[in-house]
Amino acid sequence: MPNLFKIKPSVGLLSLPYSLVFIFFFFIPLVLTFVISFWDYNEYSIIPDLILENYRYVFENCFSFENGMCVTFKTYLSTFMFCLITWFFTLIIGFFVAYFLAFYVNSLTWQIALFLLCTIPFWTSNVIRMISWIPLLGRNGLVNDFFLSTGLTSTPQEWLLYSGFSVVLAFVHLYTLFMIVPIFNSMMRIDKSIIEAAYDSGANGFQILWNIIIPLCKPGIVIGSIFVITVVMGDFITIGIMGGQQIPSIGKIIYVEMSYLQLPAAAANAVILLFLTLLIIWIMTKMIDIRKEL
Amino acid sequence: MFSKKNNTYYICVFFFSLFVLFLYGPTFTIILLSFQGPDGGLTFPLNGISTYWFEELWRGGSVVDIGSAFKRSIILGIIVMILTVVLSVAAGLAFRKKFWGSNVLFFITVASLIVPSIVLSLGIALQFRLIDDLTKWIGNSLDISWINDSFQTSLGMYSSGLGAQLTWTLPFGLLIMFAVFNRFDKSYEEAARDLGATPWKTFKEIVLPLIAPSIIGIALFGFTLSYDELARSSQVMGSGNTLPLELRGLTTTVTTPIIYALGTVTTFVSFTVIAISVGFYLFLKRKKGI
Repeated sequence: MPNLFKIKPSVGLLSLPYSLVFIFFFFIPLVLTFVISFWDYNEYSIIPDLILENYRYVFENCFSFENGMCVTFKTYLSTFMFCLITWFFTLIIGFFVAYFLAFYVNSLTWQIALFLLCTIPFWTSNVIRMISWIPLLGRNGLVNDFFLSTGLTSTPQEWLLYSGFSVVLAFVHLYTLFMIVPIFNSMMRIDKSIIEAAYDSGANGFQILWNIIIPLCKPGIVIGSIFVITVVMGDFITIGIMGGQQIPSIGKIIYVEMSYLQLPAAAANAVILLFLTLLIIWIMTKMIDIRKEL
Repeated sequence: MFSKKNNTYYICVFFFSLFVLFLYGPTFTIILLSFQGPDGGLTFPLNGISTYWFEELWRGGSVVDIGSAFKRSIILGIIVMILTVVLSVAAGLAFRKKFWGSNVLFFITVASLIVPSIVLSLGIALQFRLIDDLTKWIGNSLDISWINDSFQTSLGMYSSGLGAQLTWTLPFGLLIMFAVFNRFDKSYEEAARDLGATPWKTFKEIVLPLIAPSIIGIALFGFTLSYDELARSSQVMGSGNTLPLELRGLTTTVTTPIIYALGTVTTFVSFTVIAISVGFYLFLKRKKGI
């Protein structure tokens, strides 16, 4: 290895500033979070220690099941449900948007233009995109107006906003792009002649979709799924705003504990969240052998 | 198979149009509602048409100091943009060859994109808290007067806030650089080198003009993602809030269309930046003539 430096002293070093940012603002903070999750604390300071109290506190009353499920498990279950539902909708919508762009739009210029059309909202404010649902879903919103005027319901529907429904809607609205990009990328790599061959051999549209396109898109689907699931797992902002600050989530536990300066407790929750996230990613990457698929 | 004459095509077009409506529709409703008269509320119907709420916003009426939050966000966005471009182009150049630790650095880059933002925000906040404690301890034990008298915290927009945002923008920058160099024709560079150009000159005269359009893309990601960043910054901005943080606070307290007016302004800034970037990108592409 030292020989490399002798030949090209400068090239590898160009990554040094980039690396320093990640050492200082990514690696060390995560290590500290792990370490501090074993510390003690009182109202105004954190105290170096090696205790499991913070973890025990997270799972307090969780293994007796006398009073039903504990708060922690309920919160985790609710977050998992949001992951699952959001994942399902973003996958279906993202897949078909990518499918349309990749196979039905023939000119490259149009492909780029329409792709950009899908991407632009990603560069605008998430908070604004969330509150823009208020005039549509609120008590006096357009959807309720429509329901009332057509006589579908006799009273305004309350479940439209500040509910699980609006949280999922906002997630799908914000993060479908995370599915579109990698799936579109996978689809563009598919050799069109394979599809032609299948078509000539008598396969119908559905068979081509199921037996050729979906299997070849697996890497894109997995990458998109990882993005969507991890972003929902740690969310506290969308669930907060769209849930009317009433729905719990793992991210929100951490957020609330931080605001009470219970930092080691927040760190313990963060470690568990990180562990769960990594576990899910690990399981997902097991579903496909990425090296084999590429 | 994918002919434009069958039903599936029209179903797909319809589906795609619905999706675009879903993406943009809500934003346009709040733009519309922000132009209401003084009696306007948060929902339809429109109560008159005026620019009242924009004037109100400009005066700073009933809303926390939005002007300075706006200024802070723009300045931080520009700094993040410059650092994202410089650091990820440099790292992108380094990654063209394998170097010591390149695999680990790539792994960390991807990990940074998918680690839950609240975890990282907490981690950085903890780190700066320890730095504060350490600084105060040093100040006390060595009796350094400026630390004892005036030091409060190292946590702030240009320290922890900047770093937290970079962990989000830099991965996008590096991944764009990967995409660029994957389809980069090295022969121009080799020709320059054969003609005796120094590495720096080769970079400046050959590589940089060729990758310039993509650098615009990195700059776009750098600015817009910083300008709208919320989750990672949430715990580490110190005393001065950025616009997204103020906005989040406003969602629970404000009940007038002023919040829509603010949304319209922010969206307008984002759209302007995107339009300038796309225009600049097309201009550079055309100039290059490839």
